[in-house]
Amino acid sequence: MDQLFVHIDQAIIHWAQAVLPDWMAVIVAMKIPIVAIAIFGPVTMMYLTLIERKLLARIQNRFGPNRVGKFGLLQPLADGVKMLTKEDIVPEKADKIAHLLAPILIVIPALLVFAVLPFGRNMIAVDLNIGVLFFLAMSGTTTLFIFTAAWASHNKFSLLGGMRSVAQMISYEIPFVLSVVPVLVVVGSFSTVAIVEAQPGLHWFVFTPWGAVGFFIFFICAVAEVNRTPFDLPEAESELVAGFHTEYSGMKFALFYMAEFMNVFTVSALVATVFLGGWQGPILPSWVWFLLKTYTLILIMMWFRGTFPRLRADQLMGFAWKFLLELTFVNIIVAAIWYEMRSPLNHLTAAAILIVTIIVLFQFNKTEIPKKRIYKYAYAD
Amino acid sequence: MEVLTAISKVGIYVIFGVTLLGAMMAVTLRNIFHAALSLALTLIGVAAVFFVLRAEFLGAVQILLYVGGIMILVIFTVMLTTRIGDRTIPTSNHQQWPVLIGALLLLLYFVRMIGKTPWSIKSELAVVSAVQIGKSLVSTFIFPFELTAVILVAILIGTVILAKSDEGEEKS
Repeated sequence: MDQLFVHIDQAIIHWAQAVLPDWMAVIVAMKIPIVAIAIFGPVTMMYLTLIERKLLARIQNRFGPNRVGKFGLLQPLADGVKMLTKEDIVPEKADKIAHLLAPILIVIPALLVFAVLPFGRNMIAVDLNIGVLFFLAMSGTTTLFIFTAAWASHNKFSLLGGMRSVAQMISYEIPFVLSVVPVLVVVGSFSTVAIVEAQPGLHWFVFTPWGAVGFFIFFICAVAEVNRTPFDLPEAESELVAGFHTEYSGMKFALFYMAEFMNVFTVSALVATVFLGGWQGPILPSWVWFLLKTYTLILIMMWFRGTFPRLRADQLMGFAWKFLLELTFVNIIVAAIWYEMRSPLNHLTAAAILIVTIIVLFQFNKTEIPKKRIYKYAYAD
Repeated sequence: MEVLTAISKVGIYVIFGVTLLGAMMAVTLRNIFHAALSLALTLIGVAAVFFVLRAEFLGAVQILLYVGGIMILVIFTVMLTTRIGDRTIPTSNHQQWPVLIGALLLLLYFVRMIGKTPWSIKSELAVVSAVQIGKSLVSTFIFPFELTAVILVAILIGTVILAKSDEGEEKS
């Protein structure tokens, strides 16, 4: 079971080598992971929308979609047909080219990052030796396209949403990238496969002191990077109509949604790979473990959406620059110390440094609550 | 296998062409936002060239820093221009001819230097890992590396001073 998909891949390549000329067999071998990802990505997105709607409905004591098919399982397909047949409205003053390009381009980085995710043992499209860096670089370009969409719409709500998105992404990109550095220091490689292999069995990085802190920073920044609640200021419904995609309808809107949900999946998958041991785990096949961890993180993100109120803009910025960034810097040094010291002592030292840092940062970030005023002369006693 | 070589060759030339086209558009387009987007296209094209030449680390860093960082700052500056609504802000100025002469001289210099450099020609592309790059940065090239760090710190201090002096004026 563990190597099920690898065997299928091998079988197709063998068949291609027997039937087709050499150069076509090579192309077929190259195309298999591409086709698999091109199908897997959008299908995941379709059903993530259903899961999210169902889960949010349950949190709010409703049923959610339950009319189309059993448990509403055909709802994503119905939505797809609806989106395709909707009228495509382009505002008169909009920048036509940029308005068209933005939703198309935003899907490209979302699909590309699937290539470096290890879905299981030997199940990776390309084992780039800079895997993690490639992922971070690609997901960073999303901002550009969100901003293009916002600018091209020629709409004040869109522009405000775009501005917020850029400010937020720039701020959270820094702790997002730096919180992976401890793992790179310890593993000594950018390759996602090497990172997973460095966490055999249950020796996941999240169980080390620096790993636990890194995991929290990375996950919080990941939620911010994909613009989800409580960091969804770029598309805050109650303030900005719909933010950067106000002027999009039909399939273009669906493409934004597709990019967002595929980013949710890939980012959760990366968090699982880097800190939760990827496909490592006892008994179950490797890809089951991987999907289990990824979906747990996705469900936590949806749980966030169901429970947390949205942050204020200054709280958002303050949290990134005054708390997360400092903690990441300390975390890098702590990981180096942990790596150099002997076994029982290093855990204690690392944990002690981190706890002290967190307490100090909390003290510095305390919001000033003015003393309760006592009005001496206001009341007649 | 010849078919594959031919396809990859065509692909490489397409990347070169798109990169050059993006660069041309970045300086000629009249709409400042479109020019910024073409600049992004150029930078992505350069990253693609790095990827083709097996310099994956450079390619990824190029995208991370230039497309993810500097392009966003450029667009931020575009946002802060006053006439954002106007579709045609000319990007050319009155120094086209001196600039052309300067660019031609630079091109001449580059061609001479490329001709002079003894390039090592190998049948296989040497793959340089990030670890090697890191080690050479802190050993052989430690001086330029530290110099860059000093310049960056100087820039940071400069921005802090600029921001501070503004605050002082407001108070007085």
